[in-house]
Amino acid sequence: MSARLRVLELERRARPSAVMRIASPLLAAAAMLATGFVVFLLLGKDPAEAFYVFFIKPVANRYGVGELLLKATPLALCALGLAVGFRANVWNIGAEGQLTMGAIAGSGVALYLGPTEAAWVLPLMLLAGVLGGMAWAAIPAFLRTRFHTSEILVTLMLVYIAQLFLSYLVHGAWRDPAGYNFPQSRAFTEAETLPLLLEGSRVTIAAVFAVALAAASWFFSQKTFAGFRMQVAGLAPAAAAYAGFSEKRNIWLALLLSGATAGLAGISEVAGPIGQLQPTVSPGYGFAAIIVAFVGRLHPLGIILASLLMSLLYLGGESAQMQMSLPSAVTGLFQGVLLFYLLAADLFINFSLRRGPRRATDDEDDAYTPEDESETEIGGVPVSAPTLAPGKLT
Amino acid sequence: MTAEALIPVLQSTVIAATPLIYAALGELVAERAGVLNLGVEGMMLVGAVTAFAVGLGSDSHALAFVSAAVAGMAMALLFAFLTLTLQTNQVATGLALTLFGVGLSAFVGRGYAGTPLPGLKPLEIPVLGDIPVAGMLLFHYDVIVYLSLVLFVAVQCFLTRTRAGLKMRAVGEAPDVAHAIGHPVIRIRYLAVLFGGATAGIAGGYMSTAVTPMWVEGMTAGRGWIALALVVFATWKPVRVLVGAYLFGGVTVMQLYAQGFGISVPSQFLSMLPYAATIVVLVVICRDAKTILLNQPASLGRSFHPDA
Repeated sequence: MSARLRVLELERRARPSAVMRIASPLLAAAAMLATGFVVFLLLGKDPAEAFYVFFIKPVANRYGVGELLLKATPLALCALGLAVGFRANVWNIGAEGQLTMGAIAGSGVALYLGPTEAAWVLPLMLLAGVLGGMAWAAIPAFLRTRFHTSEILVTLMLVYIAQLFLSYLVHGAWRDPAGYNFPQSRAFTEAETLPLLLEGSRVTIAAVFAVALAAASWFFSQKTFAGFRMQVAGLAPAAAAYAGFSEKRNIWLALLLSGATAGLAGISEVAGPIGQLQPTVSPGYGFAAIIVAFVGRLHPLGIILASLLMSLLYLGGESAQMQMSLPSAVTGLFQGVLLFYLLAADLFINFSLRRGPRRATDDEDDAYTPEDESETEIGGVPVSAPTLAPGKLT
Repeated sequence: MTAEALIPVLQSTVIAATPLIYAALGELVAERAGVLNLGVEGMMLVGAVTAFAVGLGSDSHALAFVSAAVAGMAMALLFAFLTLTLQTNQVATGLALTLFGVGLSAFVGRGYAGTPLPGLKPLEIPVLGDIPVAGMLLFHYDVIVYLSLVLFVAVQCFLTRTRAGLKMRAVGEAPDVAHAIGHPVIRIRYLAVLFGGATAGIAGGYMSTAVTPMWVEGMTAGRGWIALALVVFATWKPVRVLVGAYLFGGVTVMQLYAQGFGISVPSQFLSMLPYAATIVVLVVICRDAKTILLNQPASLGRSFHPDA
């Protein structure tokens, strides 16, 4: 420690700070806003006006609030599923691909069985969407459990493959014959689209699914044995193995669950605000959901709140583009910055700042204490005991 | 198909492989020091947009590549500060770096989309370049292609022939032991990560100034991730990175030439090939858990606390 920060030093807390766990996302959001202030200044815009246009104006009316919920829904759905895996150290970063496959599978049901006004078609579409997402997530689960292949790389590669497959379908087999050669499927009928939740907006009942899933996810992780097993696997892999908890089962469960929610998000988008299959069905919700999961502390309630914040970033980007001719790419910039600040702020969950240089001898620090194996949490992800201390070797 | 028809295919293979070589060699060095940086894609994109902007503004390719390397290093520095100084989770931080790089490059590059840039010209090598077939195959590339081979030799020698390389590998295998005998673990890891950032930046710069001399949002299209897979494929050995990169380069250009050779598969399926090949290759390499266990740097992805 002595080689590092001299004036302010980091000191490991005896146990992770519960206050900081909640405060760190708020700190991160505040730091993101401060960065936004600087970015707006650098772009030569009045920060006050930019803030108003970015963060207030989009949600200043009923339609705007509807849009906020609309965009938060797929983010929350994906993030709820991802959080289950992240808690158990299973890194599904391909929710975008599972979302796309969910959209494809669900649309396929409508396109092959319809057009119809029958009521049974919508549940079938949703089911197919969920199964499509699960099937796509089953590939990395199988490869990881059978061949030890990194789920990080496989899920990501499958995103590109899913998007190309979608492109193939809308340019070929599933293109609307009456669609003037536009690469898109026929529009879904009213029975093939989700009912609206709020009149005068575009929010569908998918928002209700998200809230229900949040409750279910809380129940799963807090009240079920399967949820407990996954938590142990994330916090202390060695303990989980010793207790005989199957790692394979955790991997399958984590990937299938996150695939299912991403698939549901996908079909809810095409059978909702989009209304047909198009070459692009998501502006990166599956990737943004990774940020949502972390900012939401991998906790269902936190994820709901974080999804609203991320949704506001999307709306703000659009609004700033239209009103102030700011590039909409500023959204992606804010998203990335937010996650960085969160990761940095999370430092204070495990460490506290202390003033002043230490004594010249750092004997104390080198001694091994049981504290070193205290529960550690980084980025909301519990990690196993830190690397061995030099003191421990003797 | 005649031998002449193959020449452009092989040439494009080399060009497609070059960014992979840079990105994967840099990541390999970082991983040998024990740091898993999943932000390669983000660093490449930032390098790509920087090289394009500087190349357009200054008309100098040299300046473009230097700036791309510096931009990649700036990104890597951010990653290193978070993971090495603040001890954040490497996986999460790497993902953040990629997401940030995607956003930042789109933001910076918004004005450049659709603007053409004079591409990097092949070197004109006298005599050798005039040899039939072999001259075309070996001596008609731009300077960055040749430098990629120099880089390979340098990395290979550094890792296996130098004291510094040995120290760095020690840090990757057993940071606590390296620390105990007095090696500056964190500093060495910083340098390794920065090196990875510089090469990723150059890889991105090569994409936007030579492979396709223009700027398109997200133009690296997963090559940063493929580079990460290449390092696993190579079982952390530079020679295999080289072989793997050329294999992948071949798969990538196959889509461009398949139709010309009378293979009629929808273009989307051909475009899937590099991604599908990545998965297949990972399965083949990882199938035997021992291969990974024996070759992977032992401390890969784990934070190191000098005091804890």
